[in-house]
Formats: sequence, C-alpha cells, structure tokens
Amino acid sequence: MDYFAQQLINGLVLGSIYGLIAIGYTMVYGIVGMINFAHGDVFMIGGFIALITFLILISLGLTAIPVILLVVLLVSMAITALYGWTIERIAYRPLRHSFRLAPMLSAIGMSFVLTNYSQVAQGARVKPIPPFITGGYTLHESPDGFVIQLSNIQIMVVITTIVLLAIFTWLVSRTRLGRDMRACEQDQTMAALLGVDVDRTISMTFVIGAALAAVAGLMYLLYYGLVDFFMGFVAGIKAFTAAVLGGIGSLPGAMLGGLAIGLIETFWSAYFSVEYKDVAAFSILIVVLIFMPTGLLGRPEVEKV
Amino acid sequence: MSDHRPAGISYILKKSFLSALIALVLFSLMVGVRTEAGSSGQLTYWTRFGEVASLVAVVFGGSIVMELLRQWIGSSGAEKLVPPAVQSGISFIGRYLAPALLIFTLLVPVIFYNQRYILDLAILVLTYVMLGWGLNVVVGLAGLLDLGYVAFYAVGAYSYGLLATNFGWSFWICLPLAGILAAFWGVLLGFPVLRLRGDYLAIVTLAFGEIIRLVIINWQELTGGPNGVSGIPRPSFFGIPLDNSDDGLAAKLGIEYSPTHRIVFLFYLILALALLTNWVTIRLRRLPIGRAWEALREDEVACRALGINTTTTKLTAFATGAMFGGFAGAFFATRQGFISPESFTFQESALVLAIVVLGGMGSQLGVALAALAMIGGFELFRSLETYRMLVFGMAMVLIMIWRPRGLIGHRAPTVYLTKAHAISSDLVKEGHG
Repeated sequence: MDYFAQQLINGLVLGSIYGLIAIGYTMVYGIVGMINFAHGDVFMIGGFIALITFLILISLGLTAIPVILLVVLLVSMAITALYGWTIERIAYRPLRHSFRLAPMLSAIGMSFVLTNYSQVAQGARVKPIPPFITGGYTLHESPDGFVIQLSNIQIMVVITTIVLLAIFTWLVSRTRLGRDMRACEQDQTMAALLGVDVDRTISMTFVIGAALAAVAGLMYLLYYGLVDFFMGFVAGIKAFTAAVLGGIGSLPGAMLGGLAIGLIETFWSAYFSVEYKDVAAFSILIVVLIFMPTGLLGRPEVEKV
Repeated sequence: MSDHRPAGISYILKKSFLSALIALVLFSLMVGVRTEAGSSGQLTYWTRFGEVASLVAVVFGGSIVMELLRQWIGSSGAEKLVPPAVQSGISFIGRYLAPALLIFTLLVPVIFYNQRYILDLAILVLTYVMLGWGLNVVVGLAGLLDLGYVAFYAVGAYSYGLLATNFGWSFWICLPLAGILAAFWGVLLGFPVLRLRGDYLAIVTLAFGEIIRLVIINWQELTGGPNGVSGIPRPSFFGIPLDNSDDGLAAKLGIEYSPTHRIVFLFYLILALALLTNWVTIRLRRLPIGRAWEALREDEVACRALGINTTTTKLTAFATGAMFGGFAGAFFATRQGFISPESFTFQESALVLAIVVLGGMGSQLGVALAALAMIGGFELFRSLETYRMLVFGMAMVLIMIWRPRGLIGHRAPTVYLTKAHAISSDLVKEGHG
C-alpha cells in the first residue's frame, strides 16, 4: 500500500509534465488541425535554455534560489516562445492552405532540424546539473521500513502546473485572445469575417504552447537533473499520446491524458518491467483509440460532405 | 505582373533587421553559450559570440536576398490545369525517361564494375526505391498516412535473420515468408486501427513502429537486443553459393572468382524485387481493388455511399505495402549480414515517407527520382556528419514550402470518360482516410 502511494505521487508528478506538453499539442490541433510534430523538440529546447540560464546565473554569483528559479522560468519561457513563433512563421504558415500532409511533413522536418541543431550547438552528451531544490517530507513510515517521500521538487512541479493551468484556463475562457482562439477553432473564415486576426491568433497559440513546453522543460530539468538533445522525441510522442487519450482539441482532456499516461508509465515500471514502460504507454494509446476513437473528453466528430 | 507596389529599400532593411534581431535572441543562449560536462561531472560553459554574430549576419543577408527575390519574381498565380504544352512535354519525358532510366540501371554493374562504392550506393538507392514504391501503395494510392513503415521493414529483416540463423533456411524460402509475416503484422495492426481518421492513424502507426523497435531491443533472448543478429547467411544463386568454394557459382561456370560477383548479384536481386513491386502496383491500379484505393484517397464518404467496404479496402492496401516492406527488409538483412534495432528508427520511416511525398505521391517515376535525389544527396553530405541530418531536416521543410505536392505534382486519372486530362494535384484532396 505504501509502495502504491509512493508510485501514485511519482506518477502524478510525471503526468503533470506530460500534461503541460500535451496542452501545446491539443491547442495547435484544435485550431490549425495539424500535429505539431516539432513540439517535443520545443520542450527540449526549453530544457536547454533553462539549463544555460541556470549556469550563467550561478556563475554570476546569485545564490537566492527563488530569484534564480523565477529568472530562469521567465527567460526560458520567453526565448522558447520565440522559437515557437519562428517555427510557425517559417514552416507552417506558408502551408496553411496546402493539402493535409504538407504541414505534417514540414513539422517532421522541423523536428529533425531542432534535434540536430541542439546536438550541433550543445554537443551530444547528456548535461547533468546538481540538485537545486533538495529536501522534502516523509509522509508515512511503515513498520517494515518503507518510507513515502514527498520531495520539495515534486511539490513545486505540481503547484506550478496547477497555477499555470489556472492562468491558462482564465486566458482561454475570459480574455479577448482566448475568445479569438475559440472562434478560430470553430470556423476560421467566419472568425476572419468578424474581425478576428486569424494569423495573429494562430501565432499566439504557438507562442503559448511553446511557453508551456518551456515550463515543462524546466520542470523536467529540475526533476531529473539532466537534459539531452534527444529527449524531445520520446517525451513528445508520449505527450501527444496523452493529448489523444484525453481527446484531442480538449484542454482539460490534455491534462487528464497527461496524468493518465504518467500514472500508467510509473505503475507499469513499478509493478511489471521498466523496459516495457514505453510499450505499455503506446499500447494503451492503440487500445483507447480502438474503443474510444475520440478519447476521454473529446467531442465526436461529425463528418460533413 | 504583381499588382502590389514594390516596397522601398527601407522596408526591406527594416524587415531584415527584425529577422536578424529575432535570430539574435534565438541563437543567443543556444549557440552563444556552449555547455559541457567536465571530468568531475560538473558542468562548465564557455561563450561563442563569434558564431552568434556570423549566424545573425547570415540571417540578415539571407533575409535581404529573400525579400529582393520575392519582389523580382512576384507572386505567380497558381495554375490549376496543367497547360497542354507542359502536359505533352511531361508525357514525352515520362514516356522516354522511365525506359531510359531502366536501361541505364540495368547497365550500371557493367559500367561501374570496378567501382565498388558506386555499386554499393546503387544497391542502397534501389532499396529505398523499393521501400518508396511499397509505401506508395499505402500513402500515394490509398491515401493512408503511415509513419511506422519501418516496422514492417524490421519485421522482414528479423524474420529472415532469425529463420536463417536459427534454422538454416535459405534466402529463397525466407523471402516470401518475410513478406507474408510483414503483411500479417500489417493486417494485425490495420484491422483495429484503420477505422481511425487520418491523423490518428498516423500517430498509431508511429506508436506501432516504436513498439516493434522497443520489443526488438528488449526481447534479448530472441533478437539479441541492442547487439542485433549477426552472421546472417548471404544469398545463394538458387542454391548455388556465390563464394570461392569448389561448388560455388564461379567454379561451376568455369570463371575466375571475384567478390564483385556477389555485389552484382545483390544489385540485380534488389532491382528485380523493386521492379516486381512496381509491376504489381501498376497492375493492381487497373484492378477493382486499385481503383477502390484511389477512390478512397479522393473521398472516403463517397466511397462508403457507393458501397465500398472501406475497412477491407484500407486493409488490403496496408497489407500490400507491408508485404513489400517485408521483402525489402529480408533483402536488407541478407545484404548487410548483420541487423540491429538501430537500423529501424523513426528517421528511417520519415526518410521513406519524405521520398514518397517528394516523388509526388502516386507517381512511380517520381518516387524513383526522389529516392535517387534523397539518398544521393545524403551521400554527398556524408562528410558533414552531424550537420547531415540538420541539412536533411531543412531540405524537408524547404521542399514542402516550395513544392508541397512533390516534384511530379500532377497526375492523369487511371479511369476517364472520353479523354485523360492531367490535373494538378493541388485539386486532389488526399489523406482524408
């Protein structure tokens, strides 16, 4: 039971990270109707920028950890958001009215570019950082000596995710930008006729998605203590799996799917085998799509001729 | 030509300056600061402002050139119907280019007999031509986006590798088996998932490709895990080995043995397999099933309204494509003599898909030319090492922007009422399956 509780905590933390990435996929899919294949690599870039900012700040002699974290968060969100904007501008906007496969292939190409760009720029080796946030709480200690741990970093990941989700939900449901985004999702032509700047709205969607991915990258860096140039691929597929599992296009669904994938992966590693955890996650995707083609919270799609 | 007023030099400079500014922010940390783990595991960093400056300068210059080009060329109107002159030109080239290419390919081992490197490269190109033609059945004809084609390639390769090393079965028995097994896996995957819409199908096939690769890595007792399968037997000339022994082919024919014989044999083997793929595809297109595939690509709802069983139709396309992938995999295993999971990554799937799309989706000649361009280009950049994939990715993006419909972006319908009009494939809606 204690073991189960510990795995539940670990799974929820991992799921929060996946959920943050999944929101970027689901938003872009909802509005533009394309799988932004490069999104996993945007997450990786976010992790790298966070790492580099950390190094610079520490070598400048800063010691106050909250200040460092805040600066790193803002810098990596800002620069990664610009990456998201640039990617949309270069690789997707010229193809917006092209046939369906074109933006997808362009996105695959962009994903190769980003992966190899960071390999060339930062080298192929794994980059570890020393743990910044240490300590934690012991929730429960069982007689046989097993301890349920809740570390500070885990608390931080979950709280950051909740805060970001609150801000994000407010943004989508209450602001002008959110209304524009929802309008574009329903009907781009009609939205444009009613005075919505479709190009700008789509750009902002990519910017917000990339900023959330940057936060996920920072969380990953803090939680696992390392980044490498290839981490975007697997994390990206899993986050996309999460988005599909939750029902693509649905924002709460993305978070729910993220948590589900995180839990599945953690429990599978804990109770069955670590080697096959990715196989488990992907198999779940296939099974879910067979029995619930629209995902957990997705709307059934009406086919129009 | 263009109806808008050409913008002034200040506009161009302003725009380029903006691009350079964005590039400066993008590259500032990722390129400007290089991190590396030191010997004690401690991260160190050093700055590279020179590289950032030159990159920003390149972006600035490049964006000025782009703007100037855009003004000079102007926005050209998209032509929907291919003009008759172009059409007849293309059909003229098409009529003679394909046989000419085929004759040249047949003569390659004669011309380049002493150049082992060119022969090896030609075999590699032909392998990708075959993979491209195989995937073309799925993507180009049936309009199903398959991002995990490499899984069937892997199934074929491992089928032959394992059957040959464990049971000593010959290549000619294993080749059909590899194809059947791959097709079987295609049906197994396709049966439940082919009801899904295009994008879901894409991601499920991608997941399937990864599952196969992960299982190969982790099922060490059977597949040898990351170490792969080695000592896979070379193919024989229908039972007669191509080696230096007394009952080898060279000894039987009474000619002097040379290792090039085997390379030449492999070359003609893959050429025959590729041509078989091409021939089967062309024949299938004329059968009701092939017509159903093409109809499915154009409009799935209409297909269902006409009483076509879409699931079965998709399944046959999927299985046919998978079978050719399996054949190619068996050939790959016998050619390399060694296979490991590293050969079956997602990059491989993306490369084959890029070949099909660049080739114009559905055009057999286009796929062959695209494979030649892609693999040849890849070889040209071999010395660039890590930059190679970077260049490949950029090329994919640029080609998509420049010609989203591929190099040969038009097609003549297989069935027509009075006269075949080649239409630009911009008019064709595909991949909505």
